Amino acid sequence: MTEARPGLSRRRMLGFSGASLVVGAAAGAGLDRVAFADEDKGGAGRAVPFLGPHQAGIATPVQDRLHFAAFDVTTGDRERLVRMLKEWTQAAAAMTAGRPVGDGAVGGVAVAPPDDTGEALGLPPSRLTLTIGFGPSLFEKDGEDRFGIKARRPPALVDLPHFPGDALEPARSGGDIAVQACADDPQVAVHAIRNLARIGFGVVAVRWSQLGFGKTSSTTPGAQTPRNLFGFKDGTENIAETDDELLGRHVWAGKGDGSDWMAGGSYMVARRIRMHIETWDRTSLREQEDIFGRDKGEGAPVGARKERDAPVLAKMKPDAHVRLAHPDSNGGARILRRGYSFTDGSDGLGRLEAGLFFIAFQRDPRTGFIRVQSSLATDALNEYIQHVGSGVFACPPGVQKGGFWGDTLFA
Amino acid sequence: MRPVSALAVAGVAAVSMSLLTACGGDDDAGAAGAIPVTATDDSCEVGKTELTAGKTTFKVTNKGSKVNEFEVLKPDGKILAERENIGPGTSVDFVVNLPAGTFKLLCSAGQTGKGPSKDVTVTGTAGEGGDQRLAKAAADYKAFVVVRLDDTITKTKAFVDAVKANDVAKAKELYAPSRVGWETIEPVAEKFGDIDPKVDAREADLKPEEKKDWSGWHLLEKALWKDGSVKGKGKYGDQLLADLETLKSRLPGLTLDPVNDMAGGAKELLDEVATGKVTGEEEAFSHTDLVDFKANVDGAKKIYDLLKPVVQERDAQLATDLDGGFAKVEALLKKHEKGDGYVSYDTVGKDDRKELADAVNALGEPLSKLAAAVAR
Repeated sequence: MTEARPGLSRRRMLGFSGASLVVGAAAGAGLDRVAFADEDKGGAGRAVPFLGPHQAGIATPVQDRLHFAAFDVTTGDRERLVRMLKEWTQAAAAMTAGRPVGDGAVGGVAVAPPDDTGEALGLPPSRLTLTIGFGPSLFEKDGEDRFGIKARRPPALVDLPHFPGDALEPARSGGDIAVQACADDPQVAVHAIRNLARIGFGVVAVRWSQLGFGKTSSTTPGAQTPRNLFGFKDGTENIAETDDELLGRHVWAGKGDGSDWMAGGSYMVARRIRMHIETWDRTSLREQEDIFGRDKGEGAPVGARKERDAPVLAKMKPDAHVRLAHPDSNGGARILRRGYSFTDGSDGLGRLEAGLFFIAFQRDPRTGFIRVQSSLATDALNEYIQHVGSGVFACPPGVQKGGFWGDTLFA
Repeated sequence: MRPVSALAVAGVAAVSMSLLTACGGDDDAGAAGAIPVTATDDSCEVGKTELTAGKTTFKVTNKGSKVNEFEVLKPDGKILAERENIGPGTSVDFVVNLPAGTFKLLCSAGQTGKGPSKDVTVTGTAGEGGDQRLAKAAADYKAFVVVRLDDTITKTKAFVDAVKANDVAKAKELYAPSRVGWETIEPVAEKFGDIDPKVDAREADLKPEEKKDWSGWHLLEKALWKDGSVKGKGKYGDQLLADLETLKSRLPGLTLDPVNDMAGGAKELLDEVATGKVTGEEEAFSHTDLVDFKANVDGAKKIYDLLKPVVQERDAQLATDLDGGFAKVEALLKKHEKGDGYVSYDTVGKDDRKELADAVNALGEPLSKLAAAVAR
């Protein structure tokens, strides 16, 4: 990375000034509510600043719940798309501050449907973050440059290759625009996506979406890694939200990376990974632990005592998941993981329709996810999982005062 | 920007005045003749206390330090209208349709619902603001309803003749066209609660005890397509015609208002498409859903066309969005045309249905804002 390393203080400082900008901007309406929520509901109810050099929802302490949605743009009108992105930005700024959209959910014109759908009334901000990303098809679809941005497609925004074992469903893959909504209250996350989808009618249509009920990653140093549905802690060596050196090297896109408008942004890879829960549950404890390369109780690497003890890869089976995914097996490649467990009822054959909605942020998918996923071709875990949905998105830098989502791209 | 009301624009401006320069308010609605209201943390000054009934714009300026809320209270203390989140140093235009009477205008610093107030007296009668264009639109729409109902009756007569002759092929051919007029004006028919269930009930919607009384188009649809015979079903045809004639006899006494019956009706027509036609539930046996689909859209389009001059003036962006929305739905429907009608809906695949559903949502959302634009 050629630009000056941001260092702890820069991100911290900007984070705080970002907060004060939001507070300043919000002074007109609902600030009292934010403050109220802050004092009364404790940490889980807080508002996360919307403005800043980076989008929130990446290096933000991982919230408990997810609602992810991928949209197709249904218009070819660039102005209309930009108008919607501005409307989305306004709505996102309001909702992340714990305020309703537009003129609110009640008290408006009686013969008009309310601007806000209302199900989050009275709920605290719940650390809601909304993170937007642009998929390859926004830049070019079926050979067509719909919005005059084909030339601005970042080199790092590659179409993901086919990985062995992939069984991707088109109706659960791709999308021109993605929005990741994370919050500590599922109703707040769902409210956010629902209202954005509503504002977007006529410009975008939901292509696919996914609810996640439990986080499987932590970016908070020293925190225990939450267990996935296999009962294991996976992804212990995540990038910490406080580690600006690692964030700068592996997560944030830089000015010299080949796409100026992405500087300060990041690339999101989303994968819907179905877990074969029932067969896994019949697998012996020893085999389960061999497959991951960790013990199930503590999460310690093979031969170690604690989750965060340094793993000795050579002690693990050659096809152990941790061994293959570890940076040392991938030329130092690292990604910031932010995945969630999902269960969408059952699949009609009496099996849980469940798994991991994997989300990773990185500076360049070619040296991040693609590199690591290629190594996982021989992963022993593959017998129990299947990738059924996929998307890759360029998440632009954060919104600055006076700006809007994607302004560096559409300027 | 999204076709929000002038109120919403003002509200947004308070939140993010400089967040989005492109979205500053094109706020012209309330400027002329607005009643100034000045709120501070402990006062509420109103520029005029003798008001005339009808649409009234209050320009509420918050000169205090707390977020304020402006309420119009009825004599019994209940809220007639309120505007929340008026930030310090900001000003909003708030439109209320005032009936005659005495009201309290209350400014609540800190939005507690309590605060200083002023009494105002409203005289006169609140009406449609005397917009002759709306009165004409309503009259034209009523004439349209009469014509469409006549069309449905004429075509239903031919359909019933075929049913009575047990000419299944002919009856199948005439079934969908006989419904077009009806589907175009359905919300008006639904104003008379008793007719709609008699002529247009689907078997799946009936309670068990209602099944013996089932009648109307869908009974004949099932007999034609599922049983392949309408032998002995002539009485249902006669009843269908009699019910439609009853509806016709009631139309002269009917008044249709531009906001609820027209704009609201247009929204209902699109709701019909979104919940019944896109899913293929309406015509479960004949699969002629796209014929109904088109008729619903045509009915909504007619209403919009009649209201359009007013909409263009009051919310130009909404008019643009609606023009685009209708054009897109109509273009998509064209893809499925076959002969004089449409392809059978059971041959329309998942991707095409998704495309239709997206277009219906894209039109339905701005259409839901038509009533407010007309009422403004």
